[in-house]
Amino acid sequence: MKLQQLSLFMENKPGSLRAPCEALAAAGIDLLTMSLADTSSFGILRFIVRDPERARQVLESAGMVARVSEVVTVEVENKPGGLAKVLAAIDAAGLGVEYMYDFGAASRGGKAAIIFRFEDPDAALAVLQAAGVRVMSSEELLSDGKA
Amino acid sequence: MSTWNDPPGGFHSVSAPDYLPRPQLAGVQLQRLQSVVTRAYDRVALFRSRMQERGLTPASIASLADIARLPFTVKTDLRDTYPFGLFASPMEEIVRLHASSGTTGKPIVVAYTQADLDVWSEVMVRSFAACGIHRGDVIQNAYGYGLFTGGLGMHYGGEMLGATVIPISGGNTERQLMVMADFGVTALCCTPSYFLHLLESAKEMKIDFSRLRVGVFGAEPWSDSMRDRIEQESSIKAYDIYGLSEIIGPGVGVECSEQRGLHIFEDHFYPEIIDPETGDVLPDGSEGELVLTTLSKEAMPMIRYRTRDVTSIIAEPCACGRTLRRIRRIGRRSDDMFIIRGVNVFPSQVETALLRVEGTLPHYQIVLTREVGLDQMEVKVEVTPEVFSDEIRKLEALQHQLEASIENILGLRVKVTLVEPRTLARSEGKARRVTDLRNV
Repeated sequence: MKLQQLSLFMENKPGSLRAPCEALAAAGIDLLTMSLADTSSFGILRFIVRDPERARQVLESAGMVARVSEVVTVEVENKPGGLAKVLAAIDAAGLGVEYMYDFGAASRGGKAAIIFRFEDPDAALAVLQAAGVRVMSSEELLSDGKA
Repeated sequence: MSTWNDPPGGFHSVSAPDYLPRPQLAGVQLQRLQSVVTRAYDRVALFRSRMQERGLTPASIASLADIARLPFTVKTDLRDTYPFGLFASPMEEIVRLHASSGTTGKPIVVAYTQADLDVWSEVMVRSFAACGIHRGDVIQNAYGYGLFTGGLGMHYGGEMLGATVIPISGGNTERQLMVMADFGVTALCCTPSYFLHLLESAKEMKIDFSRLRVGVFGAEPWSDSMRDRIEQESSIKAYDIYGLSEIIGPGVGVECSEQRGLHIFEDHFYPEIIDPETGDVLPDGSEGELVLTTLSKEAMPMIRYRTRDVTSIIAEPCACGRTLRRIRRIGRRSDDMFIIRGVNVFPSQVETALLRVEGTLPHYQIVLTREVGLDQMEVKVEVTPEVFSDEIRKLEALQHQLEASIENILGLRVKVTLVEPRTLARSEGKARRVTDLRNV
């Protein structure tokens, strides 16, 4: 139920994004979704690909530092209050959200897919399932037809 | 000459002077000091005039303590007399010239007679033996061959030892690693910062050099923390070797298996520690500037040469049995120092601070700038896979941890910037740690 995400360190300077994107392109790796977190001096690019381990090797052999981490993708009603409802369940369980971003390509039929990073993904999974929140599987998120 | 057929791991006969009883060593030193002072007085105009100014003649040297009466020689003396002004042998007797790069202006030139080269090789054999290198070892010599003394000094010492020497010289990291793996290299000579670079590349290229046993690292100051890191990451023994072209090149002093200070080959190089301000000789154990006198050099005797290296002499006997006194590892040179906001800073202090933080490799660069009249110090540190976290706050915490560690040692607030791996320049010779953009 957990999804593997790749995170990449980059300096906050013009041109930083281009090198990893070009390296992945040259290896024929498709970026399904991504998010950029930044500070004044550095940033972290987080993204989802079908084969994160291969992508990590591609980036490392290009001299970059990348790391695979686990995130949880949750199906959210695509209407006012949809996200608030899920967050209420997370909040009630006392879980902190490290960060979250949208998995646009996996949204369909009035439902949005939102990626969450929790400090403890396993505890989060249990809480979400108990609260009746649908957690999306890697298979449905990464299959060619849907994503 | 001794034979070079000593058993592997055994006592090397050329190393016999390492174990001379102190009184006997003092006798050799005094006799050689008198002879080298006479030679310099008779043949080098600058030295003779400085002795005469002080009312001294070679006969004034009646004991080793009298060395303190002699004038110092400094690096600018070599520049001022460029190229051959300090030579004490005619060109017919000089068989080799080396020159150092010198960061400003003309290089300095040094000369060797055949006897000088023999001494150089001898002290290099004794150095290798102290590091546990012997016949049967395969030495990859990644010091630069050419005008720099590192390459050829190590080379002939290794050959005289009877080891197998690979004269690969500096640079071309991929070829270095290929040779290291394919030729079964057991000992490597290079700068410590270049070894870190090799280590990193070997990991990336998945090259195995598990046969490498010993590293002989020198030509730049490096810290004990850096040694710990090198030994942990590579499972080799990393030894510090000391030398400078003005004196002979590498082989002035070296660590033994104890790795607690560098034995100075005192039968050829006489060490003193002085107060760099007053020039007074300090007792053993006090920290100050290292001053060296060449006791047996013919072509270019150096009398009381001020090295600018800061250390102290360890007179206590060493567990290895050598009677040669040691100097503490040189963490700093008095001319590496820079002053920021009134504080004296040595790059090695920054290195120590960075290495205290788990997981960082010391690839760093110090950048000095001046913003609206105030000096700023920025330390750029490369991010390694070990320290990279997916969370901004953890990376910011790392930055703050590094800043706090530096502030703790220097008493200065500095800015630490994390940079992408492999973005700071890798030197294949001496690492350049400081970029001063202050225009002062």
